[in-house]
Amino acid sequence: MSTEAKRAPAQKRNEKGAEKGKPGNNGSESSPANDLASTTPEVRRELLTSMMLQRRFEERCAEAYALGKIGGFCHLYIGQEAISTGVMSMIRPDDYVITAYRDHGQALARGISPRAIMAELFGRATGCSGGKGGSMHLFDSETNFLGGHGIVGGHIPIAAGVGFAIKYRRGNQVCVCSFGEAAVNIGAFHEALNIASLWDLPVIFIIENNRYGMGTAISRSTANEDVIVRARGYRMEGESVDGQDVFAVRECMARAVERARKEKRPTLIEMRTYRFMGHSMSDAVSGTYRTKDELEENMKRDPILLLHNRIYEAGELTEGDMHKIDDEAKAIAQDAWDFADASPEPPLEKLYTDVYADTSS
Amino acid sequence: MATKVTMEALSPTMEEGRLVKWNKNEGDQVAAGDVLAEVETDKAVMDLVARGDGVLRKRLANEGDSSPVGTLLAVIATPDENIEAIIGSAAGAAAAPAGQPAPAAQASQSAGSAPQTPAAKKESSGGSSIPQSAAESQGESSTPMQQRGGPQAGAPPSPPGRPAPPRPPSQPAAPRGNGAAHPGAPAAGGRQRTSPLARRLASEKGIQLGAIRGSGPGGRIVKRDIENAKATGGAGRSAAAERLAAEGDFKDIALTQIRKTIARRLSESNGPVPTFFLTAEFDATRAAEMRTQLAEMGDQYKASFNDIVIKAVALALAEHPEVNAHWLNDKIRQFNRIHVAMAVAIEDGLITPVLFDADRLTLWEISEKARDLAKRARERKLMPEEYTGATFTVSNLGMFGIDQFTAIINPPEVGIIAIGGVEERPVVIDGQLEVRQRMRVTMSCDHRAVDGATGAKFLQTVRRYIENPLSLVI
Amino acid sequence: MAVLTYRDALTQALREELQRDDRVFLMGEEVAQYNGAYKVSKGLLDEFGPMRIVDTPITELGFAGVGVGAAMVGLRPIVEFMTWNFALLAIDEVVNAAAKMLYMSGGQYKMPMVFRGPNGTALQLGAQHSQAWESWLAHIPGLKVCTPGTPADAKGLLKSAIRDDNPVVFLEGEMLYNTKGEVPDGEHIVPIGQAELKREGDHCSIITHGKMVLVAMKVADDLAKEGINIDVVDLRTVRPIDVEAISKSVQKTNRAVVLEEGWEICGMGSQVVDFIQRECFDDLDAPVLRVHQEDVPMPYAKNLERAAKPDAGKTIAAIKKVMYLD
Repeated sequence: MSTEAKRAPAQKRNEKGAEKGKPGNNGSESSPANDLASTTPEVRRELLTSMMLQRRFEERCAEAYALGKIGGFCHLYIGQEAISTGVMSMIRPDDYVITAYRDHGQALARGISPRAIMAELFGRATGCSGGKGGSMHLFDSETNFLGGHGIVGGHIPIAAGVGFAIKYRRGNQVCVCSFGEAAVNIGAFHEALNIASLWDLPVIFIIENNRYGMGTAISRSTANEDVIVRARGYRMEGESVDGQDVFAVRECMARAVERARKEKRPTLIEMRTYRFMGHSMSDAVSGTYRTKDELEENMKRDPILLLHNRIYEAGELTEGDMHKIDDEAKAIAQDAWDFADASPEPPLEKLYTDVYADTSS
Repeated sequence: MATKVTMEALSPTMEEGRLVKWNKNEGDQVAAGDVLAEVETDKAVMDLVARGDGVLRKRLANEGDSSPVGTLLAVIATPDENIEAIIGSAAGAAAAPAGQPAPAAQASQSAGSAPQTPAAKKESSGGSSIPQSAAESQGESSTPMQQRGGPQAGAPPSPPGRPAPPRPPSQPAAPRGNGAAHPGAPAAGGRQRTSPLARRLASEKGIQLGAIRGSGPGGRIVKRDIENAKATGGAGRSAAAERLAAEGDFKDIALTQIRKTIARRLSESNGPVPTFFLTAEFDATRAAEMRTQLAEMGDQYKASFNDIVIKAVALALAEHPEVNAHWLNDKIRQFNRIHVAMAVAIEDGLITPVLFDADRLTLWEISEKARDLAKRARERKLMPEEYTGATFTVSNLGMFGIDQFTAIINPPEVGIIAIGGVEERPVVIDGQLEVRQRMRVTMSCDHRAVDGATGAKFLQTVRRYIENPLSLVI
Repeated sequence: MAVLTYRDALTQALREELQRDDRVFLMGEEVAQYNGAYKVSKGLLDEFGPMRIVDTPITELGFAGVGVGAAMVGLRPIVEFMTWNFALLAIDEVVNAAAKMLYMSGGQYKMPMVFRGPNGTALQLGAQHSQAWESWLAHIPGLKVCTPGTPADAKGLLKSAIRDDNPVVFLEGEMLYNTKGEVPDGEHIVPIGQAELKREGDHCSIITHGKMVLVAMKVADDLAKEGINIDVVDLRTVRPIDVEAISKSVQKTNRAVVLEEGWEICGMGSQVVDFIQRECFDDLDAPVLRVHQEDVPMPYAKNLERAAKPDAGKTIAAIKKVMYLD
């Protein structure tokens, strides 16, 4: 994989944003969610830019999938961008991120280059996993992005293990682990939460509650839809927030990060959101398990629209600025596409590499 | 218990045989090993021996009948044993395709591919001592271990889909793999079973598998059978075999592109074996003189022109391994040992007995063996292993007054030499006309393996030996 | 060289590797305060403290995943399963996470970790606690699988496993912990993937591993009295398998019996027989036979359990059959 691809502009931009979004700068202690004063205009513009990039990138993914350039399972993040952007803006580069298979938005917000991500989706040698992972398995050791994982709940105990390693080394990093609301019914979730609380591990567990586990509504799968009560079962701090409001996400994350760094305690956060696309590319957007009306109602709370409106109303953004941000997002997505399309496939000898590591230590 | 007498595969290529003569009559007492009948195979007349003791109760074939391999020809049993079931099964068995294994064998062959029947599962667990069930209820008294493997030697082949006929409980099953009970009984369908190791050892030691009776299950030839064959002299040529065992039998030559192209193009042009012919006239005067002198030394030193030519060809082959070879389509196999076949005319055809390791035989050994082979060939008494396995062939029609002819190559050999009669002819030597004994030799070459120059050089060497015949006896 | 039990040899390996590398830690049920359900970790809590000798809740999936996460970011976990029967609950972390992480990350995340614990049949533990899992685990590319049969191999292989940068499945014989043997002191390393010829003979090969090595040695002793000399090839590691050692032995003896604790279908023996037919076809004088557990769940009753297990008698019968002596 090319390091050049990884160090594309998006990462730099995001690292800058992450620096500015550090708890120390942005008042995790006191700022209410809708207090625009808690962030600078520059940070607010960065947040919008990050979310816009994810939106345009995922739209191009849908197009590439339709053209057969992306294969397999492909789960788009459209509608949930405030969570990835809000979460990543509140952690440090040396923190750890691990997520499930709906990982494109998380990877972009964390700062993996759009080129390396698109190349991975296209199955090219320049992809962030060398073309061996695919849509569900984006990895990047430079940004401590510990992967997209394909088995529901399977990565949650791994996050506890990362937390254990941080504690073992007496570090002050945190590990952020996100998954869908359907994962709260799987054993791995419970085992990991129990261990994380029992052993005081600095892990932030994020339930991205988009209300459907594939095509099954939460009301049809979960005895108590109020999923955050599960935190109490493990003597853990728990909080539910509006996942469409990037400021609410940031504020809640600020508290959780503080708790993890200083008290070494885990947190469970439910972020309420909605996915505007089907579960994967092979799933209808609406019709089978949710109505068009429901979808349209939720699209009124598009996280990008909400953020845009608030910055616009505050007079920080002109229509021209908005077009510029959008054009840039489109240009980066196009550049990623072009890069991926022009990249070589992995050489056949790579089939047999990386099965085992050479042990030399 | 009863022993079936079936048409056995008495030559490597035999599919059916003709019963020439019964040597035993119904009611005669016979012992294992007794010659019951003479059977004409595609190549020779062979003895059919008894595989068990008892009375020849019933003969089912008449002299002159031809029967496919495996056909029931007779039944040997105790005087009062009921053999109707066996005779009755002959019709059904004959209708079954040759080589059809009994159901037990099918089950064991599929062992390992799930799902299985409980019986098959049990059979496939080697060394198992699982509680006994289905098979035992049929009256078998063998252990589960013994139930594995091929059909029992001597058991009647059952039509597919029907269980094997029950054995009377009072009679224990014959222990499988017991060479004494059923020595060398071939597997159903007549195919000789040989362990891979035994096959390799036999090849290395130059032992013909057809001559060996397997002592393993279903008559399988195993390592110890090859070792025993070696110890007892095997097919009569193990001394030479032992002497040469270490050298290895042959060398495979990969085909070069040009060789492939030659083979392909010439085959298109001229038959499956693109043959060309080289004719030379040798001076046989000195050979004739030597023959006369040898004959004067006594009968034991007599040698024919044919013997002299065989010896000369054998020595020449040693110098030209490219001619001492087989064409195997994807490669040429050059042999390190030299086995020269000689074509012998018999009453109704032609047979080619082999002088194994001819280059290492003395002229007199060649002479003696050739005489014996020719005699037994005409009597149709040759064993299959005596007329297979040649690396090159010599054909001689001189005794019929033919002075020159072309012979047809016997594939996969790559050449054959045709010898005409020795005649006095006028020749010019050093500007002088002289009358000399001359012989015309024509070599047919498979152009896929042997090029013109290669064949010509080989003939030059043969000429050198024939024209300097002392080199053949020293 | 000291005579140690298999258990003490393992403890010695753990202690030496914990001393050698402070990234190494041991976690599992009852490993610390209780000194280990089978006492393999006896005394280690006192020496290394609770951060490195970690008692876990009874939550195999959870703590196996903790091991995976810790290995991903540079620690070298040793995850103990009280028995491999319980590890089935954790199989997603072993098979879907540990074994594949390096590959699906395109070489970015190594998994230097060991999953260890007792494996195989014991005495009258019934269907759920008496099973041999090596063929399941050896099936998975990305894992290495060790099956030591002697105290010396237990120590040498465990040290190799802990130092390996790949996930190593380490299967200890539940019935072997009290067996004794000579164990070299200190730095004794047995390379992963190397078989050992435990006994030399030229009549027949027994290919085996783990606890069945002891059965094979007994068989070799018994048959020696009859003048039959057995080559005993102890695979020691079943992934990767030492094909060369198998071939060398079978090419010498021309006959083989493959002995294992597990079940027949897709067992380790199936793989060994496949190697033999490929590498030794022209050397075989008889079909290769297998001895293994009967194709049934393990029964409780003593007589049934005995009948279900592979043993010396079944092995001798198989050897005589491949030697055409039955």
